[in-house]
Amino acid sequence: MKWDTCDPKTAYLLHLGDDALILGQRLAAWCGHGPILEQDIALTNISLDLIGLARQYYQYAALEFGPDCTEDDLAYFRESRSFMNHLLTEQPNGHWGDTLARQFYFDTFHFFQLEALSQSADERLRHIAAKALKETSYHAQFSAEWIVRLGDGTKESHDKIQASLTHLAPFALEFFVPSAVDQAAYNAGIAPDVASLQETWINKVNSIFSLATLDPFTLSFPKKGGKSGIHSEHHGYVLAEMQSLARTYPDAKW
Amino acid sequence: MVKTQELWDALASVMDPEVPVLSVLDLGVIRAIRHESNRIEVDISPTYTGCPAMDVISSQVREALLSFGDVNIVTVLDPPWTTDWISAEGRNKLEAYGIAPPVGRAHDKRSLWAPVPSVRCPRCKSASTKLISHFGSTACKALYQCLDCQEPFDYFKCL
Repeated sequence: MKWDTCDPKTAYLLHLGDDALILGQRLAAWCGHGPILEQDIALTNISLDLIGLARQYYQYAALEFGPDCTEDDLAYFRESRSFMNHLLTEQPNGHWGDTLARQFYFDTFHFFQLEALSQSADERLRHIAAKALKETSYHAQFSAEWIVRLGDGTKESHDKIQASLTHLAPFALEFFVPSAVDQAAYNAGIAPDVASLQETWINKVNSIFSLATLDPFTLSFPKKGGKSGIHSEHHGYVLAEMQSLARTYPDAKW
Repeated sequence: MVKTQELWDALASVMDPEVPVLSVLDLGVIRAIRHESNRIEVDISPTYTGCPAMDVISSQVREALLSFGDVNIVTVLDPPWTTDWISAEGRNKLEAYGIAPPVGRAHDKRSLWAPVPSVRCPRCKSASTKLISHFGSTACKALYQCLDCQEPFDYFKCL
């Protein structure tokens, strides 16, 4: 099957699904490693929501690749270059602050992205987004509260979360740089103009940073490429861990 | 010819595998049942996008209706399921089981900082409780603690 020759809508669905799947996979690695049980459970709950959302997008996208294609083919049998997730979502878990900084940037974007997608010209995409928006509002609330707790906590927690947020800021800016896939989906009327979401996102992020006594978000040169299939060195490791079982035993059943 | 009501009645005994006091009817996930000769179509709305119980619920619904004919399950996303669809009886069953039912209505959740609802302890009924975590033992629940009897408890959060 050729993943790179699909129509704008399918490519865009893969992009959305890849974000949800890769971040869901990253968060799943916290299972059994969270600092306390409640937070371990919170991250795995969010992981479950994201993987469920990836399934919705992939099931829809799979229709375009013929009757034999399933959501599993799209998740487990594509190579790194055909994944179109944002670079941010594949960044390593690091420490708790790194994970929460990544989550806060993503959740806040995801919320506004889904809000826009719930007005999409594509009916099925609109329905998927309206459903996920409700769940994502809980994710965004959770990660924002952690930014406040860490930023307005001890000197050590403040300095560590500030460093995580500063390090990940250029990755977050990839959200607002349209890829060819974003552009084609926008032209088709099914996706928002991502550049137009930047101001709303920065305002929301800064309102939380202010509560958290953190420095305002500063614009920098975006680290981009993930949405076009050009990934960081971490991507291959995520895929290897996620795909190895399905590729070793292609007929395995749960 | 089977009556539609018989099909609905048959589903009253299909329980949510994760909240076993609630039937799929209490939960409000069965949106419609259509039947023609021996072909039955059931519309189901998922509670949470990633809820692992949905597959089990679908197969249990199919099993419960199999004696009436061929069953086809259709997943319906629009309008999205909301806790407002949990029946009054379902809410009472939840509280009796030790899970605080959703408080108020799942009004528009478009604020990133929604106020934390005041939830009543299902055991001692005290209104003095605190949120421990937005995420609990399943996707649909948050974790609270009662400040009077000190017991932690699950809260079925508004969605």
